[in-house]
Amino acid sequence: MTPHHTLASLCLGLLMCTSALAADTHAAAQLQRFASEAGRAGQADAGRRFFVNKHGGEWACASCHGESPTQAGRHASTGKTLPTLAPAFNPKSLSETARIDKWFRRNCKDVLGRECQAGEKADVLAWLLSLQP
Amino acid sequence: MNTPIPFVLALLLGSAAALAGSHDLSPRQALPVYAQECAACHTAYPPALLPAASWQRVMARLDNHYGTDASLDAAQVQAIGQWLQSQAGTYKKVRSAPPQDRISLSDWFVREHRKVAPELWRHHSVRSPAQCSACHTQADQGRFGERELRLPVR
Repeated sequence: MTPHHTLASLCLGLLMCTSALAADTHAAAQLQRFASEAGRAGQADAGRRFFVNKHGGEWACASCHGESPTQAGRHASTGKTLPTLAPAFNPKSLSETARIDKWFRRNCKDVLGRECQAGEKADVLAWLLSLQP
Repeated sequence: MNTPIPFVLALLLGSAAALAGSHDLSPRQALPVYAQECAACHTAYPPALLPAASWQRVMARLDNHYGTDASLDAAQVQAIGQWLQSQAGTYKKVRSAPPQDRISLSDWFVREHRKVAPELWRHHSVRSPAQCSACHTQADQGRFGERELRLPVR
């Protein structure tokens, strides 16, 4: 092996390790997790309604992610562009357990004033997974 | 006095940059967790744009962060908080905390944006004074100079 090859394989190895560390799950696995926690399957149509509903408050999930989260969203108060949520349109979306839990926790409090139930998360994930190009 | 030397150096460098009118406001090495967590929702504001007291209050109430829940785990709060304290603005124009600890309500901010027309603020690419990069193209790198300024096309 030439030094170049060694360096190349080292870089490749590091790259793979880095991405393996970042992405530890995928949306379908998370749907299964929330569905088994809820004791029922996620329902895409209920997920869509949940997503666009303001639940009596100022914001819906769609206020930042868009009514059709197959393209980039926009933060409702700061205007910052947000990554596309539907996994078929953004492979990085919903690929880290810790991020999924963090954002559900925060954003549900912003939209509903409470944390979301497992069934609600299953519904939303079922809907997001149903969005296909 | 027992102030660590790097801290004093940072203070001196910060003041020198401010005196020289430099627009390169961000520290050379932004804390990765700051970029990752804070800049997920808004511009990675240069810490030098607020005084230490403002940053302290901001970090103490992340669960109600200008109307949204931006809570982080304790280790992240500690790391970001410490970094912001070490990089906070010390020069004259940020010496006192702005109302609500909002950069956009600082006297200098209001003064420097006084000629911006209301319709420009309402432009779809701007909409919020938090959206620095709509006009300041290098805002995420902490550069707010005229050379980097591009007003949105109407």
